[in-house]
Amino acid sequence: MVNTKVTLSGWELDNPVIPASGTFNFGKEFADFYDINILGTFSFKGTTKEPKFGNPTPRIAETPMGMINSVGLQNPGIHAVIEHELPELKKIFNKKVIANISGYSVEEYVYNCQLIDKEDQVGIIEVNVSCPNVHGGGMAFGTDPKNVYEVTKAVKAVTTKPVYIKLSPNVTDIVEIAKAAEAGGADGISMINTLLGMRIDLKTKKPIIANKMGGFSGPAIFPVALRMVYQVSHAVNIPVIGMGGVSSAEDVIEMMMAGATAVQVGAANLVNPYACKEIIEDLPRVMEKYGIKDLNDIIGIA
Amino acid sequence: MYKRDIYTVLENKKIAKDVFLMVLEGDTQYITAPGQFINILVEGFYLRRPISICDWDDKTITIIYKVVGKGTEAMAEMTAGKKLDILTGLGNGFTAQEGSTKPLVIGGGVGAPPMYGVAKHLIEKGAKPTVILGFTSKDDVFYEEEFKALGCDVYVTTNDGSYGTKGFVTDVIKTLEGYDYFYTCGPLPMLKAIAGATECSGQLSFEERMGCGFGGCMGCSCKTLTGNKRICTEGPVLVKEEIIW
Ligand SMILES: Cc1cc2nc3c(=O)[nH]c(=O)nc-3n(C[C@H](O)[C@H](O)[C@H](O)COP(=O)(O)OP(=O)(O)OC[C@H]3O[C@@H](n4cnc5c(N)ncnc54)[C@H](O)[C@@H]3O)c2cc1C
Ligand SMILES: Cc1cc2nc3c(=O)[nH]c(=O)nc-3n(C[C@H](O)[C@H](O)[C@H](O)COP(=O)(O)O)c2cc1C
Ligand code: FES
Repeated sequence: MVNTKVTLSGWELDNPVIPASGTFNFGKEFADFYDINILGTFSFKGTTKEPKFGNPTPRIAETPMGMINSVGLQNPGIHAVIEHELPELKKIFNKKVIANISGYSVEEYVYNCQLIDKEDQVGIIEVNVSCPNVHGGGMAFGTDPKNVYEVTKAVKAVTTKPVYIKLSPNVTDIVEIAKAAEAGGADGISMINTLLGMRIDLKTKKPIIANKMGGFSGPAIFPVALRMVYQVSHAVNIPVIGMGGVSSAEDVIEMMMAGATAVQVGAANLVNPYACKEIIEDLPRVMEKYGIKDLNDIIGIA
Repeated sequence: MYKRDIYTVLENKKIAKDVFLMVLEGDTQYITAPGQFINILVEGFYLRRPISICDWDDKTITIIYKVVGKGTEAMAEMTAGKKLDILTGLGNGFTAQEGSTKPLVIGGGVGAPPMYGVAKHLIEKGAKPTVILGFTSKDDVFYEEEFKALGCDVYVTTNDGSYGTKGFVTDVIKTLEGYDYFYTCGPLPMLKAIAGATECSGQLSFEERMGCGFGGCMGCSCKTLTGNKRICTEGPVLVKEEIIW
């Protein structure tokens, strides 16, 4: 028997496999395919204060071994999430969930986090700092250590649950940003969000994505994500949830060896709705193959 | 609960210029309405390819697809016995309209295949559909005989007049009387023209680029007068009155 249990800020998960925000909606669609209670937990769709339709379509483009999305945070808004989505989720999921929160100003992050902090169903608040700051000329919060520090500090001041800051990889020095989150009081780091990417349609000679560019993810970004998780986990003293291209039990183990305490799976869920189920079922076999008795023994071992 | 399975290619043949018909064998229990689609994993490509269901029975699914890029090119090369990972029963599909006995069933290009399933379904429900198929040119025409074999009146148009009526499907609609509803699938300009060419209500099937095909990513959303809808889940079929053009 191998041990797949891991602990994030005092919260013990049955296994480290967590569907990533935006690729699992609020769970219902996947509960049609399998019992989602087998998951470590999952991170729900990025939620803003107001309901958001998101970007114009086409929002999706294919890439070699990956995809670009420009969904633009389509979500029903924090109030509908609390009043409708969480009660619905309770019917199909008996574990706590990770609440992925977005915002366009420090005040909005504070507002959303304060509300979601009151929900028993939420285990961790994951703050997505890849959103543009409307008061900062539209630059993403996550590209400036000062902004990340400020958001983290403000959110920590109004919450009781663990706060994980979800980092954007579209920066020169991700370690500097992670340290700013830690200094602001973050309980952990989630990384990485999507890389900015683009595809052009040779027939129309125009970008495929209506917004021209979008978030690039999938197996193609795995080595970049792994490198960043390695760098950050060695530079901070808080846990890191690693993600970016994870598609197999082997990838989970590799990400943990790089320094991740738990691992999120994004795009893989979209291509194969059973991706997380298959990874969880395969994990003990792959652990045995590599002589791993306890996943906790390999965190950051590389 | 289980919608993904492995299917076996029974047949894959060219039926018009760049257009292929593929018959797949496997579990069809999740298909509940004509106009639903399947999402096919093609080796070497990251995202699945959504293709409408043309026809289905207890153990086979028929699809018709046009080679437009690398994924459909790879599909065209497949031979009998090939195994494919497919999600089935996706989307809402068309619903037979209560009280409609003389509907129009209109397909444009590779929007025609799902309309075959629709015509068949409507006939089973006792309606008498009139079929209009629009193609670019003579070499593109397919399935005219199959629709006729269902017992439908069939009109074919080609843009260049090389076969059937010269012009667009709307040129035929203008000449018809007594129909009470319409069902259609085809390119966006055609859908828009049809909605404008008749006072009748109807159902129209739309396309969008998809990340998943089953509601997980919000990649395929559109705004309608009845709220935001995902083309893959609350669509691909929308009712004329709810569409925001
Ligand atoms: C609900 C639905 C039903 C469809 N039914 C049929 C059908 O019955 N017959 C048929 O021939 N075609 C149909 N299509 C279009 C078909 O999905 C595309 O032609 C096909 O995906 C192109 O793949 P490719 O690799 O050859 O092209 P590429 O351009 O190389 O594909 C690149 C990416 O873009 C996507 N893509 C390209 N064109 C489209 C498109 N028009 N719609 C959605 N995604 C696209 C591909 O899936 C892929 O992810 C349908 C599309 C949808 C959304
Ligand atoms: C369709 C789609 C939507 C996403 N939406 C969100 C979101 O709302 N909030 C967020 O923090 N990350 C979002 N992400 C990023 C993922 O959670 C993840 O960080 C990223 O995709 C890298 O993982 P992957 O390579 O496994 O997909 C989204 C990704 C995809 C593909
Ligand atoms: S394609 Fe993913 S929600 Fe429609």
